[in-house]
Amino acid sequence: MPTNGTTPLVEMRNISIAFGGIKAVDGVSVDLRPGEVVGLLGHNGAGKSTLIKILSGAYKPDAGEIYVNGEHADIATPRDAKRYGIETIYQTLALADNIDAAGNIFLGREVLTPYGTLDDATMEAETRKVMARLNPHFRRFKEPVKALSGGQRQSVAIARAIYFNARVLIMDEPTAALGPAETQQVADLVLQLKKEGIGIFLISHDIHDVFGLADRVSVMKNGKLVGSANVQDVTQDEVLGMIILGKCPPGAIPGPGAS
Amino acid sequence: MTAPVASTAPPPSAASGSFLSKLEIDARMLGMLAALAVIWIGFDLLSGGVFLTPRNLWNLSVQTASVAIMATGMVLVIVTRNIDLSVGAILGVTGMIIGVAQVQWLPAYLGLEHWLTAPLAVVLAMVIGGSIGLFQGWLIAYLGIPSFIVTLGGLLVWRGAAWWVTTGQTVAPMDTRFKAFGGGVEGALGATTTWVIAAVACGLIIIALGFSRRRRLRFGFPVRPGWADAVIAALACGIVLAAATIANAYPLPAGTARRWAEANGLTWPEGGLFIPHGVALPVLIAILVGLVMTFIATRRRFGRYVFAIGGNPEAAELSGINTRWTLMKVFGLMGLLCGISACISTARLNAATNAAGTLDELYVIASAVIGGTSLAGGVGTIAGAMLGALVMQSLQSGMVLLGVDTPLQNIVVGAVLVLAVWVDSLYRRRIK
Repeated sequence: MPTNGTTPLVEMRNISIAFGGIKAVDGVSVDLRPGEVVGLLGHNGAGKSTLIKILSGAYKPDAGEIYVNGEHADIATPRDAKRYGIETIYQTLALADNIDAAGNIFLGREVLTPYGTLDDATMEAETRKVMARLNPHFRRFKEPVKALSGGQRQSVAIARAIYFNARVLIMDEPTAALGPAETQQVADLVLQLKKEGIGIFLISHDIHDVFGLADRVSVMKNGKLVGSANVQDVTQDEVLGMIILGKCPPGAIPGPGAS
Repeated sequence: MTAPVASTAPPPSAASGSFLSKLEIDARMLGMLAALAVIWIGFDLLSGGVFLTPRNLWNLSVQTASVAIMATGMVLVIVTRNIDLSVGAILGVTGMIIGVAQVQWLPAYLGLEHWLTAPLAVVLAMVIGGSIGLFQGWLIAYLGIPSFIVTLGGLLVWRGAAWWVTTGQTVAPMDTRFKAFGGGVEGALGATTTWVIAAVACGLIIIALGFSRRRRLRFGFPVRPGWADAVIAALACGIVLAAATIANAYPLPAGTARRWAEANGLTWPEGGLFIPHGVALPVLIAILVGLVMTFIATRRRFGRYVFAIGGNPEAAELSGINTRWTLMKVFGLMGLLCGISACISTARLNAATNAAGTLDELYVIASAVIGGTSLAGGVGTIAGAMLGALVMQSLQSGMVLLGVDTPLQNIVVGAVLVLAVWVDSLYRRRIK
């Protein structure tokens, strides 16, 4: 159960963004506390990924504000987001296929030698350490990630997000491409990171995934927030009703998108 | 936590490839070297032993330099999923401007044959080429105009500009010191210098291999077996020394040698003197450019970003890379290399003509592609592209040696380009 008294790690207030006249996200507010997992649910095209890309700096919102630890945060680029400790695992993984695991994990944040050249040895050593924790069987450090399996690629993307001491982790459909064993691994990882006090936004259209891991859920429909609820206060069927019909059950706090 | 470090075994592969896989030599590169060997030996047999002579190989190396230098930049351009069709035209306009500069502008201030003329001309060439490249890069990266269109326009614009500099007149002759950039007698560095360069190169190869081995051992990474490193060092040094020997086996023509001997206070003996050419300055420049470009592409952050953009532009952007600025710099670098090549080809011709570099864009692109640069982006090596340039030039000068007509030469070069890319795509599919 989240401690409702503390300052939210991240708060997004009244976020709106439009693409060519269509409001992909319309006045949505969500928040996240330390050690909390918030599931962001909704159909394809509900605006979940767009909302999260605003937080990760990929899009700039037309309106609304973002607060990190209660302070106004100006996030215009992915670099800004990372400076606030906000890391993202994208649905597409966003890996450069032609570069090896270490190159991808440190992409944009390379370790340099005193001479200003890439310190590949240090980066590889660090990669071996972080991968040993995530995926102990991983051996293909020298190959471009194109050659890796779906699960291995996923662990490279996760390693990139957690290596730099993330405080907020955004996981966009993290298990969509994975088998049952690997899905369980990701679930274990989420629980472990939660214990370390990291806040996690978990985006999924699979309600079972989210109910197993999340403390709260926020449901979006047609770019608007239907409502938010603690998972104990609602049933899966009620949440399904929120996703499909936009109907807010009594256990949830309704948003502007509730019908 | 059990870190699987030193125990890491190489992935089990076919036993037949184990020797090569221990050496960690790229099979693609080996295939290209084999193709080059076939071309060289084939032409040598067909020409009755004229192809593989020090004289022909020396000329081949000089002829390759200009395209090879531009090909190193084209690799980075193509790796980012772009193309530059304007390199020949940039070379043309830059060559015209530095030609006029050293024949008309600079002598007005410095007098004829001033020692500063050549260095100033080279700097000017690099500034002009680089500026044109940066400007085109800005159009591509910041205004979002496709590189194909920008550089196709550039091809026409800069070629036209080259004509405009002197309204089509050829400018000649060049400054004597400047002529060294074209090779020839002025640009031949001589036997002693060549041996010194070769010795330094061998020393650096051994030091570099030792360094990278020590570094990997310190971090506990798997390393090549010691004998494999020794074989690589021996091979690399062998190639360097062989090239030096060949360059030093090509003597200056008798008349030139005589003038040189007299200028150096030597008496001219009855049987003449064997004064070797040694490595040519443009070839040395090309090799240095290749090394610097390889360093930039593999050891610098910029190079890493270039490849990341080619592999996945969206991922590069999301990683916080300034993809636009990186792209603009790639085109700037391409233009700068065109400037260097402009010096070499202008000096070699001893004249600036507005047709210089015509069709070079196609040879440069072909060299990069034959050298393993994928037009889909993300893949390519500098060394491969330079080797590709050597393959192209070998084909061409071999056919010239055999007296093949120009139209047929073009047919063969075109067919080889298509064939090479097809074979490469087969290879890539099999690897996957």
